[in-house]
Amino acid sequence: MANIVIDRIRKSFGSFEALKEVSLTINDGEFVSLLGPSGCGKTTLLRIIAGLETATSGDVRIGEKSVIGLPPKDRGLAMVFQNYAVFPHMTVYENVAFGLRMQKAEDRRVKAQVEKAAGLLHIEQYLDRYPNKLSGGQRQRVAVARALAVEPKVLLMDEPLSNLDALLRLEMRTELKTVLQSAGTTTIYVTHDQTEAMGLSDRIAVMHGGVVEQVGSPVDVYNHPATRFVGGFIGNPPMNFIKVPVANGQVMAGADQLAVPREAGNEIVLGLRGEAVELAPPQQGLEMKVRVAEPMGSHLLLTGSIHDQPVRVILPASETVKSGDTIGLKLDRNRITWLSPESGKSFPAVAA
Amino acid sequence: MTNNRSWIPYLLILPSVAFLGLLFVVPLVQTIWLAMSDNGMPSLANAERMVNDINFARSVRNTFLLTIVVVPVQLCIALVMGTLVAKVGRGRETILWIWTIPLGISDLAAGLVWLSILQNTGYFNSALFGLGIIERQASWLSYQTPVALFLAIAIAEIWRGTAIVMVIIVAGLNQVPKEFREAAEIFGAGPWTRFWRITLPLIRPALQSALILRTVLAFEVFAVVYALGGRNFPVLVGEAYYWQNQNQNYGVAAAYAVLIMIISLAATLVYLKAIKVDPERLP
Ligand SMILES: Nc1ncnc2c1ncn2[C@@H]1O[C@H](COP(=O)(O)OP(=O)(O)OP(=O)(O)O)[C@@H](O)[C@H]1O
Ligand SMILES: [Mg+2]
Repeated sequence: MANIVIDRIRKSFGSFEALKEVSLTINDGEFVSLLGPSGCGKTTLLRIIAGLETATSGDVRIGEKSVIGLPPKDRGLAMVFQNYAVFPHMTVYENVAFGLRMQKAEDRRVKAQVEKAAGLLHIEQYLDRYPNKLSGGQRQRVAVARALAVEPKVLLMDEPLSNLDALLRLEMRTELKTVLQSAGTTTIYVTHDQTEAMGLSDRIAVMHGGVVEQVGSPVDVYNHPATRFVGGFIGNPPMNFIKVPVANGQVMAGADQLAVPREAGNEIVLGLRGEAVELAPPQQGLEMKVRVAEPMGSHLLLTGSIHDQPVRVILPASETVKSGDTIGLKLDRNRITWLSPESGKSFPAVAA
Repeated sequence: MTNNRSWIPYLLILPSVAFLGLLFVVPLVQTIWLAMSDNGMPSLANAERMVNDINFARSVRNTFLLTIVVVPVQLCIALVMGTLVAKVGRGRETILWIWTIPLGISDLAAGLVWLSILQNTGYFNSALFGLGIIERQASWLSYQTPVALFLAIAIAEIWRGTAIVMVIIVAGLNQVPKEFREAAEIFGAGPWTRFWRITLPLIRPALQSALILRTVLAFEVFAVVYALGGRNFPVLVGEAYYWQNQNQNYGVAAAYAVLIMIISLAATLVYLKAIKVDPERLP
């Protein structure tokens, strides 16, 4: 069993609080992504789990056992560093073999494991080269291979594919996912790339300013963001936030009446995914003034305003809307998120 | 474009080349000529006279012995000090500053400091006497106690010259990103393995510089020896000094100077070959 429990971890650097009470549980064999903007504390959290940094307070348990105070090598994990940390004075082969050599594995096993990991990451042809002769993306793959070669119970990866081109990244992440899944590796995967996080993860933890704002399945996080930040950070285009007046517990969206949560005041923020709409006749739908209409081939991207607030929506490519038009939109009730204008937190979903 | 400007780099290093030529190459050529000539004719008479002097073999042996003992000890101490200081957070600058104080003391002054400790009426004897270990003043620096004299000189040299090695090593350690050590740690390397397999190979260039510098300086040891042992412990530079000053024989003094230079160059060459720095394998 290698589940990870992160229990109220705080970390301060001097007076700066990099992590403010982060709690997160990762089940055995689960793949969890840490997603968040630069500087939100992703690397710091990984380093605390790995034992490279001491938390100011809080506990980390791996497999039900507290690892606070345990040196990194006794935590039974492998890590891919954000800046690779591939040893420049060793060949790629020796780099990948490093962990196994430290375990005093016999040569035959080392060779087999190195070849397996190298094959997976397509670096077989560089095995006897030195890392300085490799590109950033190649070095990054060496770092991933080095971590995979030891077949760890827990794998921490800090933006492991950030330097690869789009095509290779897609291929690598699929293969990575397959391998880790079949090995049952508990994985924490830091990334900036939300499609990567959506595609790979069992669950996503969205971090912001040293806090985990939401943990949930990719679909959950996408459709029901817990905070305004999460909705704005995830998805392209980001979620639209429209402040609307509430009357009698209802919000009018064109001819439709939408029930809002009981806790709402006179105003509420309507969180709307760009694609959770369809075109409706102007009198019936919610009115949108289209400033720019961009046909993207697969869909039509409209930028404009609703209630004088900027929005972006997506319609099927077959619709014909031109820049300057005023249109009506019918909202998909089940995909609306209601948020408090004051706190920016979402209300629990209301029964439709 | 680039071709047209290829002379610019040469122009830029011209002043330093001229400077070196004037103050280094010219005296060097003169010294070599002085050593290899007699009354204006090429001759090996000076070299012959040098080699046949009774102090020659002893001075060669002493100089090499000192170098072989002092340099490795200094390197080890400097590595330990450098690694320690790299681990310190606050107060790091202060520690470095204190450790480099011997660097700011001239070698003759350093020799005199150790003389005041080790001479017959020195602090060392007073301390031993105070503790009741000796009954009367012991002599450490005479020709009758060659081992003690050698140790005294070696200790003084180690005290005086370790700081420069440490400074270079600290600079080298600063060049190695901490993630290399951390990665090694995660993959199961203990402190020794990390030191031997990661840190040491990565500071090769610093090691090389420190060893070359320290070894060359060790072959030029003089003032400390002069202060502590006088001619009881002949060394190469000391002999050059005596031939020049006491014997007024510039030819033989020059021969010693040339010999020291050859030894230093050879040592440098050995280090360059032995501790190869392959730019391809650096961070
Ligand atoms: N050793 C340190 N000393 C002081 N501040 C630090 C230190 N390490 C990190 N920080 C600060 O903590 C915050 C979080 O850093 P961290 O490296 O965890 O961010 P990140 O989420 O990994 O960002 P990125 O996506 O850019 O890698 C940053 O504001 C950073 O400046
Ligand atoms: Mg980071």
